[in-house]
Amino acid sequence: MGKAIEAKNLNIYYGSFLAVEGVNMSIRPQTVTALIGPSGCGKSTFLRSVNRMHEVIPGAHVKGTLELDGKDLYGAGVDPVGVRRQIGMVFQRPNPFPTMSIYDNVIAGQRLNNKRMPKDATDELVEQSLRAANLWNEVKDRLEKPGSGLSGGQQQRLCIARAIAVQPDVLLMDEPCSALDPISTLAIEDLINELKNEYTIVIVTHNMQQAARVSDFTGFFNIEGTGKPGHLVEMDVTKTIFSNPTQKATEDYVSGRFG
Amino acid sequence: MTLDTQKAERTPEAVPPVLAQRGELPRWAPWAILVATLVVVGGLLAITGFSIGLWLSASAVVYAIATYAVSRGVEGRRKATDRLVTIVVTVAFLLALVPLVSVITVVVENGLARFDVAFFTQSMRGVVGEGGGGYHAIMGTLIITALAAVMSIPVGLLAAVYLVEYGRGRLARAITFFVDVMTGIPSIVAGLFSFALFALFLGPSVRMGFMGSVALSVLMIPVVVRSTEEMLKIVPNELREAAYALGTPKWRTITKVVLRTAIAGITSGITLAIARVIGETAPLLVTVGLTTGLNLNPFSGRMATLPVFAFNSYAAPGVPREPFIDRAWTAALVLMIIVLVLNLVARLIARVFAPKTR
Repeated sequence: MGKAIEAKNLNIYYGSFLAVEGVNMSIRPQTVTALIGPSGCGKSTFLRSVNRMHEVIPGAHVKGTLELDGKDLYGAGVDPVGVRRQIGMVFQRPNPFPTMSIYDNVIAGQRLNNKRMPKDATDELVEQSLRAANLWNEVKDRLEKPGSGLSGGQQQRLCIARAIAVQPDVLLMDEPCSALDPISTLAIEDLINELKNEYTIVIVTHNMQQAARVSDFTGFFNIEGTGKPGHLVEMDVTKTIFSNPTQKATEDYVSGRFG
Repeated sequence: MTLDTQKAERTPEAVPPVLAQRGELPRWAPWAILVATLVVVGGLLAITGFSIGLWLSASAVVYAIATYAVSRGVEGRRKATDRLVTIVVTVAFLLALVPLVSVITVVVENGLARFDVAFFTQSMRGVVGEGGGGYHAIMGTLIITALAAVMSIPVGLLAAVYLVEYGRGRLARAITFFVDVMTGIPSIVAGLFSFALFALFLGPSVRMGFMGSVALSVLMIPVVVRSTEEMLKIVPNELREAAYALGTPKWRTITKVVLRTAIAGITSGITLAIARVIGETAPLLVTVGLTTGLNLNPFSGRMATLPVFAFNSYAAPGVPREPFIDRAWTAALVLMIIVLVLNLVARLIARVFAPKTR
């Protein structure tokens, strides 16, 4: 069940390079939050820092605090692997495991971590996750077929099913529709609307119409210039950001005057 | 509007120069030129003295020039160049095939003489002339190579995993460099290394199969490391990230996603490495020596191996010579078949494990 995320004065570094500076953001449980902004402004970096995925790059670290329901994700003794089990992620390009069937892809989180489950419980989890990802009807007759044989949009929904099969509290999406056609995009957007009843969703998008369509809150990131750190300009209810933002930069960006 | 009326409307001046029709050689033309070339060159050579090598190579050159000239006249420069390059590439391919085909035919031709049951069931113990076989050498080769593989595959695989997934900075760069150097060391050096190593502890007269395995392993590890490294590098990073994002620890990601995805390529790399060392003669000659009898214990005493057996039968035959030479050829044939079978097995494994899309 969705949890709240609270970033306090969060600075994100790659080695000694400050990539994102001073983010203060609170994300309410069971809402959809969209992060928008020009390329290179640090929205993806911020997103990846939420489930500590950015630490895959050597030298990446943060200063400040990032809390999930009041618990510091970067506290001493917190295992990044444990964090990622609570905070799932969907990537820009669909990336099902090519060696696994559709069925195995959905329960990859369990399989890869050697969790033993009785057969009927696994079957149920697969059906439930695929139904939640609106993919069940399309693949129920070919669950044993490879996941990479699906279309791009289906693959992306398979990746969403895989992410929710580990039952996370938060779902992060890094431009999940940018590699998809409009119809698949619509399917994913509908899905996001359904998923927010159970999960807290944070989505990075370059498509402002998409942000306006799917999100309850929107955060606008910006960057002063190359080499400067990105920062959160403002965050508010989506309607306010798109109709009546407090900052000039936000208004310029959402009205298409720059970026 | 029918096609005919469309054509009628088009005046010749309206056709842009790019679309202007040029002549085209009929499909039989290249063959006709080829036959003509072979006949003419053959005829000329018949006057001066015929040799098949000269005939074929001279024909290839003349054929290329003739085709280019004819095509240039009829079809224009671009198509003529295309034909010329096609001929050059084909000739290069045929040239590369010559040694391969000739080795296979010669080995099969000569090896079949003793390719019989006795060769696979008898050793050379007490045999001075005809008869006998390579059973002891076959077993020796299989045991020594298997031991070398058992030592090299884990070491090479793990070294490659280290280099791709963990290695950073100086240490990794140094390892990569030395692995590259080691792929090029002469095999006799590996043999002498192993010999010196064992001689330090067991004295200079020591010979055993295991010494040979160590020498082969020195040759094999770098090949395994390099090929595995290349395979691991082409596993897309997105798959690693997908596994991490599901809360999978790094070691499980490596074993269950990265290695699993690359396994097809890794197996064929390993097979190539085995094929590379199974025919080594020099290091085994130094470290394992040769016996006439069967020795199945690689940790004690000399063993026979196919390459050394073949070499020795050929270099120091008894009297009469023929049975020894025949056995040498058959040993070579058996070695070739073993490598062939290994390749087939690797292809089978690769096919079973390869990622599928349908």
